[in-house]
Amino acid sequence: MPILSLITFAPLVGVAAILGLRLTGGPDNARSVERSKWIALITTLVTLALSVLLVVRFNPNDWGFQFVEETPWFAGIAYRMGVDGISVLFVLLTAFLMPICIAASWKSIETRVHEYMIAFLLLETLVVGVFCALDLVLFYTFFEFGLVPMFLIIGIWGGARRVYAAFKFFLYTLLGSVLMLAAILYMIGTAHTSSIPELMAYHFSPAVQTWLWLAFFASFAVKMPMWPVHTWLPDAHVEAPTAGSVILAGILLKMGGYGFLRFSLPMFPNASEMFTPLVFAMSAIAVIYTSLVAFRQTDIKKLIAYSSVAHMGLVTMGIFSGNVQGEQGAIYQMLSHGVISGALFLCVGVIYDRMHTRDITAYGGLVNRMPWYAAVFMLFSMGNVGLPGTSGFVGEILSVVGVYKASTWTAILATSGVILSAVYMLSLYRRVVMGELTNPKLAAITDLELREVLIFTPLIVATLYLGIQPNSVFSLTSSSVDHLVSVYQAATAGAL
Amino acid sequence: MTFSSNLLIAFPQLILAVSALLLLVVGAFAPKQTTLVAGGGVLALALAAFAAAIQPLGVAFGGALVNDAGAVFAEVAIYAASAVGIVLGKPWFERRGVRNFEFPVLVLLAALGMGMMAASGDLISLYVGVELQSLALYVLAAMHRDDAKASEAGLKYFVLGALSSGLLLYGASLIYGFAGSTVFTDIAVAAGGHANTGLLFGLVFLICGLAFKVSAAPFHMWTPDVYEGAPTPIVAFFAAAPKLAAMVLFARVLANGFAGASDQWQQILVVIALISVAVGAFAGLVQKNLKRLWAYSSIANIGYALLGLASGTSEGVQAMLMFMVLYMVDVTGFFACLAALSRQGRAMETIDDMAGLIKEQPGIALAMTAFALSALGLPPFSGFWAKIYVFKAALDAGLWAPAVIGLVGSVVAAFYYLKLIKVMWFDGSAGATDKPPMEARAIGLAAALFAFPIVMLALKFLDPLAATAAHAFGLA
Repeated sequence: MPILSLITFAPLVGVAAILGLRLTGGPDNARSVERSKWIALITTLVTLALSVLLVVRFNPNDWGFQFVEETPWFAGIAYRMGVDGISVLFVLLTAFLMPICIAASWKSIETRVHEYMIAFLLLETLVVGVFCALDLVLFYTFFEFGLVPMFLIIGIWGGARRVYAAFKFFLYTLLGSVLMLAAILYMIGTAHTSSIPELMAYHFSPAVQTWLWLAFFASFAVKMPMWPVHTWLPDAHVEAPTAGSVILAGILLKMGGYGFLRFSLPMFPNASEMFTPLVFAMSAIAVIYTSLVAFRQTDIKKLIAYSSVAHMGLVTMGIFSGNVQGEQGAIYQMLSHGVISGALFLCVGVIYDRMHTRDITAYGGLVNRMPWYAAVFMLFSMGNVGLPGTSGFVGEILSVVGVYKASTWTAILATSGVILSAVYMLSLYRRVVMGELTNPKLAAITDLELREVLIFTPLIVATLYLGIQPNSVFSLTSSSVDHLVSVYQAATAGAL
Repeated sequence: MTFSSNLLIAFPQLILAVSALLLLVVGAFAPKQTTLVAGGGVLALALAAFAAAIQPLGVAFGGALVNDAGAVFAEVAIYAASAVGIVLGKPWFERRGVRNFEFPVLVLLAALGMGMMAASGDLISLYVGVELQSLALYVLAAMHRDDAKASEAGLKYFVLGALSSGLLLYGASLIYGFAGSTVFTDIAVAAGGHANTGLLFGLVFLICGLAFKVSAAPFHMWTPDVYEGAPTPIVAFFAAAPKLAAMVLFARVLANGFAGASDQWQQILVVIALISVAVGAFAGLVQKNLKRLWAYSSIANIGYALLGLASGTSEGVQAMLMFMVLYMVDVTGFFACLAALSRQGRAMETIDDMAGLIKEQPGIALAMTAFALSALGLPPFSGFWAKIYVFKAALDAGLWAPAVIGLVGSVVAAFYYLKLIKVMWFDGSAGATDKPPMEARAIGLAAALFAFPIVMLALKFLDPLAATAAHAFGLA
């Protein structure tokens, strides 16, 4: 059974069904709208079930690619799919967050619902495809086409400056990507294959590696996003609808880190080692600078967006530390951030749906009216800070340990970022949730409803489970990560 | 070689010539029978395409006509595009009260000229092919006689086209003078590994003349005006097939006539290609009229095709052929969509006219979104695969700097394609549109379906065909 293709293209079945509804029922038919939501939810749940099946059947002792599918196409390019320990959990993360996004949009999206659901399902196909593709051209196709549904999600259902944000998002990412495309074409021309496993075994000369690394870096650094090319992210986040922010922070950013792990490190090990100081410097600046910027924000979403950039700084550090702890920590941090930042954006969405403002000063004292909400928000704030017992802690501590082994000073700077994250998150929490209810408009605000409870429950379970049982993740990732690190260290040791 | 075997090799072109004349006679005696003439034209083109596919390959008339795999590949595409041109154009003109039976005949003559260009093996057939094609197109551009803009477009097209033909002829005569022959293969012997100054002069003039025809910068000035003024279905026709014919002719001259001197013409082509990409990208940013915008888009796209050709390899020619064929479908489809759109009888031609189109005409809006994304070079649309070919060929030939510049140019151009999508999807509707005519809508939608997903299957078959076709040009 080609399970990867099934997971990847299952959402397209939902797309076809909703398209049929839209064309037969028209855009504003209430029943057709309601049905499209259910179709989207069921499709994403089926995809989630398939992904769980994938993880269950995944053999954790095999470091290579599993469930491999290969069908030749044209000019040497083939449809190649497969997952290893590094990618399999990202597939699960995507499938996990998607039904939550659909449920979170249930009431807040009122216009052009069919198109919205189609955009999300299409996006799921493309993101899962990115994590499963084992062919460079196929990877690029999924990677790049993902811009279109996100462009539409921001541009159609976004806030006041949505057009600006959508264009900035698209053009920024595209500029990085075309450089990667040039590198991809060069690699295919030189190595005469576009298969990712074969290219991992191919040795590019160090001089060539430098250029190829920079080209890939241009794309992934923007996607990640790393300082100083992160400026598209706050705009995109602020203008995107809640579910769009969840997907953006939860999954799309992870494609950058995944790209580093899949391409930069194994294919260009010498260049990766050479540029490690650059990455460390950029990441350290990101951690400290964007944390400080986050502290000064008055828009809740913008604050969390900047906090994402800071957290991703820790991830890039971990990835380029080149040791097992660093890689494991980075992967863990990405999974954990996917859950927690997604949850935080949903928390913002809850109060935005009620008050239609994201201004921190408009809130305060929510705990008096929304005790359950306060508790949930507390948990995820603590997760974002990296409190032991939440998933955020495991990723942070491991990444920092990995970085410490590679560069003591960078690790010290990274740790200060952990402290700064506590500063801005606690201050945000205090200003929004604690204190007295001063804004009279808040007097009628209601606590979480059943739908929202259902949305938050899996996220709470995931945050705590990952925080308490990290080995359930490491047992899946370790053999692939060990292999990646041993190959990387062998390649870089040989060059010295 | 006997006269009859020569005729056999030239059979597709002969079909077109004879049927064009026959239909002219039919039209002269029965001017009301426009449907009959148009049907005959489509039939003749189908027959010619079929004949091209099955005819014996070979060289006819002492090297003047070279019907090799490359010519066949181009001819089939050109004849098919011309047939689409007739189907699209005839009802459009009749709805506007222009009942000329000459329209299909002129398209046939243009197709004949293009067929000769694709198969031309010497300077004479080159010039005759180019002129036959151009003269037919000048008349087509001005066909809508009551429309001042169309007449202006036709006149502009004619004056600047005549200038380029002059350059072409001047270059041809210089080359003939220095090489002592008009046949490309003999010129290749005379040019050897390094063309002397006289030949090089001739070649530069020839390249300039051809650059006019494909509307590459800095010889592109006529393109936006003519695209804007000419009737939309005519633009759909002459933005597609003639560009392919001229590009194939470009490849013929360079690969068959100056193969040894490739490092000399490579520089010229790279410069023309990059200027075209830059002009297309930057000048397109300020356009408000969609026909003008797509004119600049076509200038940029021709730049990419030329970049493939500039590689100077068989892979580069294959890239150019693939690029042009995929591009032809896109551009025809786009102008077909434009031809289908009107609001209270007024053609919708500016970007602002497209506001909220997704609500009014979801099918056409989706198709135009596909064309915009394809022109932007976004996977998995056909334009992406076309660009992949071109950039891979350029990188394999060591032209990495031009390739990177070209790619960055595509990001600049992305802005205006996104602007079109933004207007169609994000903005509120600007009012109800008229019911789109069936044939234009069908052609637009079919072309969009080709851009994605049919292209995913088509590539599998087009790739080996284009490789064989490119191989016929004899480059390494």
